[in-house]
Amino acid sequence: MTQPQHLKSRTQHIRATWGRRCNIVLYMSSEASDFPTVGLNVSEGRNQLYWKTIRAFQHIHMHHLDDADWFLKADDDTFVVLENLRYGLSKHNTEEPLYFGRRFKPFVAQGYMSGGAGYVLSKEALRRFVKGFADGLCSHDTNIEDIGLGKCMETMKVQLGDSRDVLGRQTFHPYPPHYYLTRQLPRPRPWYLLYEHYHPVEGPGCCSDLAISFHYIDAVQMHTLEYYTYHLHPYGYKYRFNPDERSDNRNNN
Amino acid sequence: MMYEGSSFMKGMILGGIFCLVVSFFETFNSGTHSEGHEHLHHHLKPVSKDELEKLSESQMSDWTLQVRVYCLIMVTPKLLVHWATANDTWSKHCDKSVFYTSESSKVLEAVDLQEQDEWARLRKAIRHAYENAGDLRWFFVARPTTFAIIENLKYLVLDKDPSQPFYIGHTEKSGELDYVEYDSGIVLSYETMRRLIEIFKDVDRCPERGNALWKTPEETQLATCLKYSGVFAENGEDAQGKGLFNKKSVSSLISDSMGQNPADVVEACCSDMAITFGGMSQSQIQVLMYGVYRLRPYGHDFHDSLTFLPPKDSDND
Repeated sequence: MTQPQHLKSRTQHIRATWGRRCNIVLYMSSEASDFPTVGLNVSEGRNQLYWKTIRAFQHIHMHHLDDADWFLKADDDTFVVLENLRYGLSKHNTEEPLYFGRRFKPFVAQGYMSGGAGYVLSKEALRRFVKGFADGLCSHDTNIEDIGLGKCMETMKVQLGDSRDVLGRQTFHPYPPHYYLTRQLPRPRPWYLLYEHYHPVEGPGCCSDLAISFHYIDAVQMHTLEYYTYHLHPYGYKYRFNPDERSDNRNNN
Repeated sequence: MMYEGSSFMKGMILGGIFCLVVSFFETFNSGTHSEGHEHLHHHLKPVSKDELEKLSESQMSDWTLQVRVYCLIMVTPKLLVHWATANDTWSKHCDKSVFYTSESSKVLEAVDLQEQDEWARLRKAIRHAYENAGDLRWFFVARPTTFAIIENLKYLVLDKDPSQPFYIGHTEKSGELDYVEYDSGIVLSYETMRRLIEIFKDVDRCPERGNALWKTPEETQLATCLKYSGVFAENGEDAQGKGLFNKKSVSSLISDSMGQNPADVVEACCSDMAITFGGMSQSQIQVLMYGVYRLRPYGHDFHDSLTFLPPKDSDND
């Protein structure tokens, strides 16, 4: 999700890094352009974000429903590791009504997924979201995009998935890595962890090796994370976390 | 008078010719070292991937043992936060890491050299490390403000013989002298350490206390002493010629690259096999630790020829 004023400062860095790893990438904006961006019938601004999201999913439902299996919404300051998203989704069925992301507790009875961290809808979840608006079961009753979508998901009986890895570590992150990774003495939840549905862990256990997203990532950090994820490599290092080996061990027991 | 004059002239001419001949031979020889191994090049690269693939398992396992590293981390109580960070992060990947301090701290362990002068401290640390090396043959000297990826250091020196004199890092020039920059880390082979211990005894060429009025940085003092021992600085770089030792932070290098190479920021910036970065805050280092040793895309296999195991009792790698 982007806007004309951000194309140079933000969106071009997504296009240069993780955007090209999507099977299809659509840059949703209020205006069509040669970037290329899709022009939706909305104006810009935080209070228009939910309208923009609704229009974006309606557009995808109309033009691209059969072009993909899963549908990720991210912001123009979100960094996403596509391979880890595919890995996380691989055991799930896109014909089931499911959506994944960073689960938050408040405002919606079943909870909802953080908008900034990015969330991904199954094909069935997308159908139900669009149908909800078409049938008047869902409406634009809030400006807050992630809460609004979460409420509609609840109404349309779409389930919230658990995106944590096999060790219970988070994969979607609404803030940059240093918020979570820095070691802390045991303390009450800081403000940015107050909405967490699952008990938050601070320090190295916060985050999966196979992280899917980080948010509030500026242009320099975008390329830095790209470098860390895809380039910088400790020669010969045997990673501690090997999820496939783990599941193999369980099968042998 | 004339007779004496002509002898004098003959003497002068012969002496002059002699000097010319000697200096001619000196320039001829100055590029080579009598120790047998030539270091004519000042660029040092890792062994190629093709060559590594040809190695037998036993050779591989020999090299894995030989390439173990002793880290000398030069700290002061003023650098306590970085000291603690180095202790908690990259130093765990050294086969042996020893913190050498100017004065002791109640909070962290170190060898207390009780020495305020940085050059004198470095000399003492080198001596201590040489005496306590055990069977370790590679030495890495750094301040705690540097972050090092020891596995990539090992890869760089994998096929180099530590009984030869190596002095590697990011090289700079001070006049005619090539030296390895301290802030991006200094790699020394066992033979270099041995020669240093020897030259430390030479108070004229390698004094412990320099001129009190004019403080020469330790990095150039080290280079000078090493030059007298026939050891010369070499710039560590990857197969593409990218420098492996950096004193700047990752974000600073990325930011520079965004300005200079906007079409290819990451490719143009930094090596995949980078060894050091500097000038990073504690939280940036925690993220770097995660970025190096954990964060990765599922399914990518680097097909490395060697294996280095993760350190014991560590949770952030």
